[in-house]
Amino acid sequence: MRKFITEKGIVLPLDRANVDTDFIIPKQFLKSIKRSGFGVNLFDEHRYLDKGQPDADNSGRPINPDFVLNQPRYAGSSILLAKDNFGCGSSREHAPWALDDYGFRAVLAPSYADIFFNNCFKNGLLPIVLDRDIIFQLFDEVGNSAGYQLSIDLASQKITKPDGSAIGFEVDEFRKHCLLNGLDDIGLTLEDAEAIRQFEENWRKTSPWYFPQATT
Amino acid sequence: MTAKTLYDKIWEAHLVKQRGDGTALIYIDRHLIHEVTSPQAFEGLRLAGRKPWRADANFATPDHNIPTTSEERNQGLEGIKDPVSKIQVTTLGDNCKEFDIFELDMNDARQGIVHVVGPEQGATLPGMTIVCGDSHTSTHGALGALAHGIGTSEVEHVLATQCLMQKKMKNMQVRIDGQLKTGVTAKDVVLAIIGEIGTAGGTGYTIEFAGEVIRSLSIEGRMTVCNMAIEAGARAGLIAVDEATVEYIKGRPFAPSGELFVKAAVSWRSLVSDVDAAFDQVVVLDGAEIEPQVTWGTSPEMVASINGLIPDPTKETDETRRGNIEQALYYMGLTGGTAIQAIQLDCVFIGSCTNSRIEDLREAASIVAGKQVAKTVELAMVVPGSGLVKQQAEDEGLDKIFIKAGLEWREPGCSMCLAMNADQLGEGKHCASTSNRNFEGRQGFGGRTHLVSPAMAAAAAIHGHFVDVRELV
Ligand code: SF4
Repeated sequence: MRKFITEKGIVLPLDRANVDTDFIIPKQFLKSIKRSGFGVNLFDEHRYLDKGQPDADNSGRPINPDFVLNQPRYAGSSILLAKDNFGCGSSREHAPWALDDYGFRAVLAPSYADIFFNNCFKNGLLPIVLDRDIIFQLFDEVGNSAGYQLSIDLASQKITKPDGSAIGFEVDEFRKHCLLNGLDDIGLTLEDAEAIRQFEENWRKTSPWYFPQATT
Repeated sequence: MTAKTLYDKIWEAHLVKQRGDGTALIYIDRHLIHEVTSPQAFEGLRLAGRKPWRADANFATPDHNIPTTSEERNQGLEGIKDPVSKIQVTTLGDNCKEFDIFELDMNDARQGIVHVVGPEQGATLPGMTIVCGDSHTSTHGALGALAHGIGTSEVEHVLATQCLMQKKMKNMQVRIDGQLKTGVTAKDVVLAIIGEIGTAGGTGYTIEFAGEVIRSLSIEGRMTVCNMAIEAGARAGLIAVDEATVEYIKGRPFAPSGELFVKAAVSWRSLVSDVDAAFDQVVVLDGAEIEPQVTWGTSPEMVASINGLIPDPTKETDETRRGNIEQALYYMGLTGGTAIQAIQLDCVFIGSCTNSRIEDLREAASIVAGKQVAKTVELAMVVPGSGLVKQQAEDEGLDKIFIKAGLEWREPGCSMCLAMNADQLGEGKHCASTSNRNFEGRQGFGGRTHLVSPAMAAAAAIHGHFVDVRELV
């Protein structure tokens, strides 16, 4: 997994509550065989004016100019500012995959759906919970100043605003450790590779029938 | 020493490391793979430059997407018309080649639904931990293996580390005492259990099915019961090993043979819960009281006996329950208070990992032999669970019985269980189905599924509506 240490970037304000995973990535894209490439279909039903199809060429599709993602002032944004219960709905991991693939590295919201919140950490995306008041104030500030950027420092758990003031945030110690070191679940488990190897060797001795026989 | 349940025993035998926060690293003996939930996991491996930890622990076969008519199947990959489905099947083959994983490809004589093929090939053994990116992996618990479904990230995790990070579940025992009446089958037993405990009744538990009725079921019947443990909310279902289990394993290609088999069998016979083992919850049903079951709604717990009535929402006092019933009846196009037997059918599907084994097909064939599918039934199809089941059925002449009676005889696959291939139930159509999920749209957009046993589905095909199969046998 990619490390998350610091991130400085343009903030994209998505002004609606209860954004579900179908909003983030519609179900027709689940037939894909890839974990990457979902970025062009992120928020598909809102971003384009027609219905998106998997594996189609998206370059010629009619863009919805009113949708925030299509406004030039937010081009290249990497921090998503969102409202309550972000990521509700199905458990699809395609939702964080799509956000990540588009280029988002962090989400700021007052609350998240459980599974989505977990899935983010599994995919190197940092979901930050902030007080509703702070989130609303950020929406104001982002709206009032083009090119508004925030910088996030995970080690010190601090978000610095353009005027230099800082906002603190909470994050689970263990998850912070994983993000800072780029440890995904697999990376973590592989720290115990020796224990696995020993278990396996012993298991092969005591229960050889679970291992393929040369004769079959 | 404290007494242990079967689940405790298998769990402890596979514990690599216990972590402080309650999670544990568990070793996985067998990883089953199909085409839908594996591609991203393989891609993840590639991106991270990782290799499978133990390639020989993996076993793959495509099942969800593949066509089931002989005409399409004979064309191989070219026969898959949906380009996206075709890519998934092709990708599975490519990934297995690249990572040196055993695969029964779509035209292999042994191919089939992964949960039918695993036990059939002896890839499922008692005492194993088995996972697959598919919730019906619980099926394999019938052979005394700890088996459950996992998500795509976990598929990659198992490929890369041969382990899973898990928290231990609680123990539940579901005991079915006494004896079943003639014409009542494993499917009726498990539907009755779900009707009793509900679709969330087993959440957080591993369910061990026990009692005289379970003991007297064939291994195929036990698989039908464990298959639907997930429909009761439990990720895993388990049944203790007995002589029938050991006998079933003997001589299967992936099973140990000769002296090793004898040694293994000694060890497997200890895979039972200790007599005084404590369960966190125990549910007891009387086998003699179970009648043939039919689901009338959009969740497997919405089930009734064949001689019962569809519940009348106006008589339901609990508001949430009333709302659920109303919503389900609206979708199903049914009226509360009417007889289950009055439900008219447009389609009959005999297949899926719940009921597509040889025993299921024999059961269905014995009902339709010498009769004709009702004129009002537009489509009745039999989809064997594997190429070997199909072959066996043909050797016994079952295919001829079905075809003569007016049922279609197809090639193995998941088919209309979830309608990811071309086998789709039409909008508003009622289907008597031997599968495991009656969710909205599961068998096709707007389709209306009624879950039943193979015998009940066969009887419904002949009569055009549900009938009590016990009056026919
Ligand atoms: S037959 Fe149905 S339930 Fe079984 S694996 Fe296939 S799709 Fe899933």
